[in-house]
Amino acid sequence: MSADDWAPATERPIDAGDAGAAEAFNETLGHDLEFSPARRKHRRREWVQLLLDALHYRRTQVGLAMFLFIVAIAAVGPHVAPYSPTEFVVAPYAKPSAIAKLGGDNLGRDVLTRVLYGGRSVLILATIATTVGMILGVSLGLTAGYARTAIDEGIMRLLDVVLAFPSIVLVLLMVSVLGPRPWLIVLIVGVTHAPPLARVVHGVTQDVRQRDFVEAAESLGVSHLKIAFTEILPNITSPLVVEFGLRLTYSIGTIASLSFLGFGMQPPAADWGLMINENRMGLIIQPYAVFVPVMLIAILTIGVNLFSDGIGHALIGLDRDTGSA
Amino acid sequence: MSRIILTVKDLEIALDPSGVEIDHEVNFELVEGEVLGLVGESASGKTTAATSLLNFQRRGAKIAAGSITIDDRDVLALGSTQLRRLRGGVISYVPQDPGSALNPALRIGLQLREVLEDHGFGDSDAERRARVEEMMAEVLLPSDKEFLRRYPHQLSGGQQQRVVLAMAFSCRPKIIVLDEPTTGLDVTTQAHVLNTIRDLVTAHRVAAVYVTHDLAVVAELADRIAVMYAGRLVEIGPAAELFAGASHPYTRRLLHAVPVLTGRRTLEGIPGFAPRPGHRPAGCAFAPRCSYAVAKCSAEMPPEETVGEMHRVRCWRHEEVRAQAPVLAQKDDSSLESGEEAGLITVRGVTAWYGSKEILHDIDITLRSRECLALVGESGSGKTTLARCIAGLHHFRIEGDIAFQGKALPRLAGSRPRAIRHAIQYVFQNPYSSLNPRKTIAQILSQPLNIFFDYTRDQREERLAEVLDLVSLDDSLLGRYPDQLSGGERQRVAIARALAAEPTVLVCDEVTSWLDVSVQASIVQLLVRLQSEIGLCMLFVTHNLALIRSIAYDVAVMSEGRIVEYGPTDEVLANPQAEYTRKLLADTPTIEAAMLKA
Amino acid sequence: MPALLKIILRRVALGLLTLLLVSVLVFAATQAMPGDTASAILGRAATPERLAVLREQLGLNRPIATQYFTWLGGIVRGDPGNSLVGTEEPVMQLLGPRIVNTAALVVAAAFWSFPLSILIGSLSGLFRDRSFDSSVSVGSLALAALPEFVLGLVLILLLAVQVLHVFPAVSMVNPQLSIWSQMHNLWLPAITLGLACVPYIVRMLRGSMIEVLESEYVQMARLKGMRERVVLQRHALPNAIIPLIQVIALNLAWLAGGVVTVEYLFNYPGIGSALVDAVRNRDVPLIQAIVLLIAAVYVFLNLTADILTILISPRLRTGLR
Repeated sequence: MSADDWAPATERPIDAGDAGAAEAFNETLGHDLEFSPARRKHRRREWVQLLLDALHYRRTQVGLAMFLFIVAIAAVGPHVAPYSPTEFVVAPYAKPSAIAKLGGDNLGRDVLTRVLYGGRSVLILATIATTVGMILGVSLGLTAGYARTAIDEGIMRLLDVVLAFPSIVLVLLMVSVLGPRPWLIVLIVGVTHAPPLARVVHGVTQDVRQRDFVEAAESLGVSHLKIAFTEILPNITSPLVVEFGLRLTYSIGTIASLSFLGFGMQPPAADWGLMINENRMGLIIQPYAVFVPVMLIAILTIGVNLFSDGIGHALIGLDRDTGSA
Repeated sequence: MSRIILTVKDLEIALDPSGVEIDHEVNFELVEGEVLGLVGESASGKTTAATSLLNFQRRGAKIAAGSITIDDRDVLALGSTQLRRLRGGVISYVPQDPGSALNPALRIGLQLREVLEDHGFGDSDAERRARVEEMMAEVLLPSDKEFLRRYPHQLSGGQQQRVVLAMAFSCRPKIIVLDEPTTGLDVTTQAHVLNTIRDLVTAHRVAAVYVTHDLAVVAELADRIAVMYAGRLVEIGPAAELFAGASHPYTRRLLHAVPVLTGRRTLEGIPGFAPRPGHRPAGCAFAPRCSYAVAKCSAEMPPEETVGEMHRVRCWRHEEVRAQAPVLAQKDDSSLESGEEAGLITVRGVTAWYGSKEILHDIDITLRSRECLALVGESGSGKTTLARCIAGLHHFRIEGDIAFQGKALPRLAGSRPRAIRHAIQYVFQNPYSSLNPRKTIAQILSQPLNIFFDYTRDQREERLAEVLDLVSLDDSLLGRYPDQLSGGERQRVAIARALAAEPTVLVCDEVTSWLDVSVQASIVQLLVRLQSEIGLCMLFVTHNLALIRSIAYDVAVMSEGRIVEYGPTDEVLANPQAEYTRKLLADTPTIEAAMLKA
Repeated sequence: MPALLKIILRRVALGLLTLLLVSVLVFAATQAMPGDTASAILGRAATPERLAVLREQLGLNRPIATQYFTWLGGIVRGDPGNSLVGTEEPVMQLLGPRIVNTAALVVAAAFWSFPLSILIGSLSGLFRDRSFDSSVSVGSLALAALPEFVLGLVLILLLAVQVLHVFPAVSMVNPQLSIWSQMHNLWLPAITLGLACVPYIVRMLRGSMIEVLESEYVQMARLKGMRERVVLQRHALPNAIIPLIQVIALNLAWLAGGVVTVEYLFNYPGIGSALVDAVRNRDVPLIQAIVLLIAAVYVFLNLTADILTILISPRLRTGLR
């Protein structure tokens, strides 16, 4: 299930009192404004402030912990694994023993080792896919939201076409003739992020676009491109931070699902999704080979989602008053 | 001696859950059948005080202490059933925005009927239907079946407000609380609604609390006026007495700031700004801005003192204040400069469209050097469109000639050559949306500097300080972000941004509509000073006919896309020729009328 | 109301246009890729004779445009061609029973999860920030995060393998018999799919409930002295259900695609697992047919949601003022 139906809160409460810092976005103007410290009031960049606020909530803390736990396994795992992921060490579906702490998989390889090696592919591919999707979605959404003309309508219609497919179906469609390749999967999954993200960005951009300071810049003769990046973009970064987290959850899910279906990572690679599928038949005899990667994927996705949600709450800020997290 | 039907004692309202105080020690009473005007600017706490009369606060605020007694019963201590009966039955509420107060999914007939049904008014459906018809007639709305079957969005703003009024009066309550009910309405519609309110109040002997920031609006309507500042009631008394001899310095300053149609021309604002909840000083909150302040004022909060019949004030020096000459009686011989003969911007035969609709028809005006021309009209009159055409912000079709210094002006600002683009600058209406919240003031002000001029870094810094000085802002603001500034400060920054481009023409589009009365006065003062100092040509767009006396030498009155009257301000106001101008003049509320009562 | 009809017709036209573009995409992805389509399909099993046969079968020798229109013509007539695999039956014949099975699964999932989620979401919104709301919130987050196959496996672990032995872990569905006689194979997949929908519906309803309860008109109703029950039923409810339509339609549409992994996991003979098999076998006509079908369902449901929303909200119905 995608995070398409999530509508991130884009409003900050009016008069938030001591509101967090705003971004100083002056690179494209080509000048670096420096003032003596006495004159400048120090404020952090807004998204940093947002992250710090979010960490006050328990769910953000728990989510971050879960995420970091998995990242640690993925990063450090291969260095501490007892065997190589393709080595045969026990009988197929062997029960856990001193040789193989979590038992053997369908071919007799060490489950523990394969689990330690299996996180990298998902994390890396998912992160790249999400980044691709963000870049694509934001560019399209920003352009469509800012343009006053048929370009807007045209872009959104084209995106509707992509939106007409559940993403996994779209990936399967592309993979059907071209075959499963990591770069293709990353690209397609990224592309499937673009329409819902563009929708969100489009909506927020249109809101910002109505505000007078955009017109003020236009009347000064500032080019459209500059306005999009220096006036509008800094005003929509907060919801984008939340979106990134949500999209990441969803990328992980899709990519793991693809490997599970057999169209992602191919044997003999060690990948959690793939492992789950390979070892399904021996579920009753040797559950660890399936359920350890299942739990790890669960922890990863839930962690990322909790974290993003925490940021979302910090963005709204309303719940701060009632103290709920 | 009429009896008192509502008493508010020691009311305290605070934010929930932080406990930061919004209203403190508020005491007032309401006499049967009278209209009490509750006046205050932003952050004064007037709205929260008003809704507490129905024991209601929005999410985020709570009534912390005090009592509100109606007929010997404390509203704040009622159980939920009794409170429900009270609301709508004994005391009603008229909200600020009728559009959002009416349920978009229900027909208005139902919304009118249900109040009667739920309060057990009348013994049969027929009786209730008759009452609805009666109410609609009183607010001058049709009550036929077709009209009652409409949804709220099918009514105009004025009609919606009248429906809400009818709802409020339907169960014949004793008290009505009106929360800025005419904000956002046209002058004409506003006059209409005010008349309706007056008639209803008199006919039914209903007491009313009228919350507003606009003294002029409440001047003719109110019997007594209560002035709030920073969460406290600083003065309360009969309207006539207040206008003739205000006893609190803040009241006096407010009277100095309200535009009037006769008498003094200059408006005076109040330096500084009102403290927000949580930032209020220990002593009198107005002391930092008060010209009568002495040491005692900042140290200790003055107690309530009675200075007349039902007239109380909180000020250590109220006697001296009272002794000053009445504000409104002051004469003012100042006059505004007329400009040079030759026109700087000439508009001839201009017609403009919005999509396929023609909204400006054949306009002819001239803007002269060193002079201010006011463009007055209600919403839909085309005044903003005309201003935007001149400023180059109108994206639809324009026909006719607009010339600057004799040469034809390209339609859109973006396509004007730099030399011309910087010469004509536009200041937006809403200071909360015309500054990019993600940029510092320095960055915002630097934008025009970087586009139009080639300054070195030092020159630019110097110019920034200069420009801020022109609008009387301190350069410590340069590193701040817009949300750290007050509304008035933000508007000054917007003006500074326009000035940074070194314009010859400044187009001000309703630049004070979003500001408090005292802040509006300061901005108008500023603009007048700038105009004479720099020699600007100004186009000042407003819907407030009284305001133009303080700033514009000439005026063009617009209605439905045409100029109906055009000439020197004093003449037009003294001797309006056009029917529309006369009507507008008659409908504009002023405090002088109240003065005459005194 | 001619204006209303115009709006509806416009939406329908757009939907059809979208479908047309979708068909182009489907066609391009399977038959118009650069390189030799036939060898890509046959892979290692390619021999010159088989390549020739395949090309003839799919009409790959004709110009692209002709191929497309022939294919499109077939689709519209209800004949997407024949399967390339096994007995090479007509695609529609293969898909028929599968469509029924998937439909049964979707209905079963929606049947239990939608009403329950709507209830939970509304209650969450009503009792905002109390403990019920907080626990629902965390639970929703967890459910929303999990990929469906993970969810399915967790359920298998709990209900079929370790904890309880209630349901069969892998469905041994007999393709000869109709689904109705083998209902026990339906449960686990239906529970899995249903659970996957819960968080979205709950979140939507909660948000909508809160927005309505905090709206000016609900406050006004309370200030008029209306009974709380009347406020909720008459004022809040009609406004809160408008987004409900979108939510139901979107989730139904999602279910049409979400079946892919779930059917594969539970070995359930629906169009989802058919798609997976088809992709594995490079059975192009089958792939095209299933993808188009799913896309058509999506577009249709979105369209219905749009139109119903217009019809129900008075503002849109009577035209903007």
